[in-house]
Amino acid sequence: MTLFEHLPVLVVIIPLLAAPLCVLLDRPVLAWLAALLASWATFAATIGLVAQTASGETISYYLGGWAPPWGIEYRIDTLAAYVLLIVSGIAAVVMLAARTSVAKEIPADRAARFYAALMLAMAGLMGIVATGDAFNVFVFLEISSLSTYALISMGRDRRALYAAFQYLVMGTIGATFILIGIGFLYMMTGTLNMADLAARLPAVSNAATISAAFAFLTVGIGLKLALFPLHLWLPNAYAYAPSMVSVFLAATATKVAVYLMLRFVFTVFGHEFSLEQMALHYVLLPLAVVAILSASLVAVFQQDLKRMLAYSSVAQIGYILLGLALMSPEGVTAALLHVFNHALMKGALFMALAAVMWRVGSVQLTDLAGLGRYMPWTLGAFVIGALSLIGVPLTAGFVSKWYLVTAAIDAGWWWLIPVIAVGSLLAVIYVWRVVEVVWFRPPNPALVDQREAPLSLLGPTWALALANLYFGIHADLTTGTAETAVASLLGGLR
Amino acid sequence: MSGPTLIALMLSLPFLGALLISLSGRAVAVRDGIVLLVPLVLLAVVLQLPSPVLVGDRPELVLVEMMPGLSLSFTAEPLGVLFACVASLLWPIASLYSIGYLRGNNEQHQTRFHACFALAIGGAMGVALAGNLVTLFAAYELLTLSTYPLVAHKGNETAIRGARTYLGVLLLTSIGFLLPAILWTWAVAGTVEFTPGGMLAGKLDDGLMGLLLLLYVYGIGKSALMPVHRWLPAAMVAPTPVSALLHAVAVVKAGVLTVLKVVVYVFGTEVLTGLAASDWVFWIAASTILIASSIALRQDNLKRRLAYSTISQLSYVVMGAFILAPLSLLGAALHIAAHAFGKITLFFAAGSIYTASHKTEISQLDGIGWKMPWTMTAFTIGALSMIGIPPAAGFLSKWYLLLGAWQAEHLAALAVITLSTLLNAAYFTPIIYAAWFKPAVDDSRHGEAPVAIVLALSLTALLTLLLFFLPDLPLALAQAIPGVGS
Repeated sequence: MTLFEHLPVLVVIIPLLAAPLCVLLDRPVLAWLAALLASWATFAATIGLVAQTASGETISYYLGGWAPPWGIEYRIDTLAAYVLLIVSGIAAVVMLAARTSVAKEIPADRAARFYAALMLAMAGLMGIVATGDAFNVFVFLEISSLSTYALISMGRDRRALYAAFQYLVMGTIGATFILIGIGFLYMMTGTLNMADLAARLPAVSNAATISAAFAFLTVGIGLKLALFPLHLWLPNAYAYAPSMVSVFLAATATKVAVYLMLRFVFTVFGHEFSLEQMALHYVLLPLAVVAILSASLVAVFQQDLKRMLAYSSVAQIGYILLGLALMSPEGVTAALLHVFNHALMKGALFMALAAVMWRVGSVQLTDLAGLGRYMPWTLGAFVIGALSLIGVPLTAGFVSKWYLVTAAIDAGWWWLIPVIAVGSLLAVIYVWRVVEVVWFRPPNPALVDQREAPLSLLGPTWALALANLYFGIHADLTTGTAETAVASLLGGLR
Repeated sequence: MSGPTLIALMLSLPFLGALLISLSGRAVAVRDGIVLLVPLVLLAVVLQLPSPVLVGDRPELVLVEMMPGLSLSFTAEPLGVLFACVASLLWPIASLYSIGYLRGNNEQHQTRFHACFALAIGGAMGVALAGNLVTLFAAYELLTLSTYPLVAHKGNETAIRGARTYLGVLLLTSIGFLLPAILWTWAVAGTVEFTPGGMLAGKLDDGLMGLLLLLYVYGIGKSALMPVHRWLPAAMVAPTPVSALLHAVAVVKAGVLTVLKVVVYVFGTEVLTGLAASDWVFWIAASTILIASSIALRQDNLKRRLAYSTISQLSYVVMGAFILAPLSLLGAALHIAAHAFGKITLFFAAGSIYTASHKTEISQLDGIGWKMPWTMTAFTIGALSMIGIPPAAGFLSKWYLLLGAWQAEHLAALAVITLSTLLNAAYFTPIIYAAWFKPAVDDSRHGEAPVAIVLALSLTALLTLLLFFLPDLPLALAQAIPGVGS
């Protein structure tokens, strides 16, 4: 029973401890096994948290028994549990596939450290979500960021180094901004606990320092979530990272940043300050619209499929921010739904590309002509992910788009409908290019002896692809959770 | 069997068929056996549905609640049952034809072809039975996506470009217009369930209602109203069985069926009667009829001429609905059936000519009637049906359309139908004349197409005649549509 009480911290501790264990074991297979067990244990623990918070309860956990505001508080509400589930679920699926993919892409002497870094990244992301302490957020942000830089630089391509460096510079600026923001908040209120901050901020909300803190935090978090035009690090980072890292990052990292944005905007500052005083939605809205349209358009012209999906991610983040910018419970629900659904679709798509990478050694569109003949299952899963990305009914993507458009109509912002429609149509163009080449072009002679990807890659790919269908049909699970999360997050709004 | 069981079988059989076909791809004989058997089983199932529906039953099947208030549900109502009967009656014949055609022309990827074909029929059944707009949209998109591989079948540059236009136009209209229209309906009516008499009465003012109507009409790209008709000629790069069953029956009829469902169950004829936009849609359909017929007149490629003829015939259905008289609505529903039998015969004949002689242009057909008497007799019957001459089925629907126009004192509609009949005659009679009465110029020696093909097209020609003599069932179904009355 005692273990059960410690779930909020266990979901961070397990991967955090698994990281040094991976280094100590120092053999690729053993390290993988440790990471696999850790990620599944974390996933199981997260499910426990989700069950406990399913109807809107909040779990408060005092680290080391020190009560806040002196000690650090871990605070899991429905929203946090929902995001923790995404991160740990994707990590668990990634780990299933990791052994096969890593054995091919990472030199054996670095594999153990690769798993260690991956566990650290996971621990960092879980920590950001679990903690209720603003400074602790920064610490975990750094843990996840630093390990991510290392992970990206392990890509086979030498350009991975440059991509990692680019992300390092941008990410550090972002982290610094966040730190400055938190510092300002501490300066004005004398506390770092988020609930405490929320209680004390209204008294000083007219101070310019608080406005500055808000601005620093927004820009800092914006960098981490690849808010247009702060997204320039993302395409290279996703494209040149090892395949498993691309899957993990694309499905989780930006989602956690979205969570952080929600946390600060609604819980810490409160919507009255964020929206009425700072008018954040007027900043987010145009940026989201430009992100959807421009990034989708750029994706149409990419030859490297991982890069194409990366640009598509920037556009999809635009949809999430669009939901936020509507600043209604419906809009935020749509955003949260898309956080979950986008993790599923990008997970499936990047995982399918990992399988292609494993077999063919390339994800350049021109190299893949006629590949559907040799790898029908992998590319079949890719098509399902692609349909979900477009938003075809009975896929997860349709559910989030349905909610987003309904929220836009409710808010009376009719002109957003064409934006969303054009975004979807651009998605049709950039994914259908791929479908056309792999299924209907005559095969590239270099592919003659290709076979289907091994089961260890195919299984996770299909698990994610089927999840896209499952949550597209049984959407009441996700929509119910998202609505509960939103209700507790912004109870006061409207 | 109970109604819901029938519905479940109708929806699952095509998918089961697709699965079995994919699994038996290596054993060609077994696969082709399944290709023939599954449609027959489906037909046996579908034919049990009209009798309960005619006595007023509306069997319903709710598969799953997707989101609060939104379910994946299916209802058997007269309009959809009529379409399901037509599609499932023609599927076995088209399967027979496909086997003959694919073998006769040594086509590649036959398994993929048959599997996608079955999926497309599944989509068509879904459109026929959909109980709400979202289910309808899902089935509609399934139909689009599953027919894409069939259009791109040959895999050469022309086929891929044609398929791109096909998919592009259909998705552009459905995502760009139809989905927003459905969402808008959901936002104002609070429901998307099909309701006899409509769900929008009094919910929007006339201007916005008109805009919504236009979104629907152009969002349903499959009904091929100009200017969103371009996908249909583009789809003609597909093998002929696809053009025949899908692009003369299943896909395009799913389009006009959707229009009729929207008219009857979303707006309701009463709401539309007072609406200025209804007149616009009428004129859009009327001009599509005339323009497409004039374009058909100038096509030398046989399949393209048939494609433009299809575009014009589809607009009969839309126009019939927007005359907004009970009898014209009846005619529109009947035209779904009547046009299907005639047009599939014409396409079958075109494919038969191609298989036997590799001729694709009308100017090459001089004297071909004597070399391929069965094919050209069937073609002649199909053409008579298109023009609307008894004893072919096309006369029947045209008769009711005219009666409806007369009843509503809609002179423009009368004029359009008359003019269009003349145009139909002008582009079909030269083919018939050339085939039978002009001397053959080349001395190529070829006989009839393979037996499977000849058998299939003879059957559909026979059905075209039968429908004229025995119109009771479709007529009864059409009369049961809300707004038609009896």
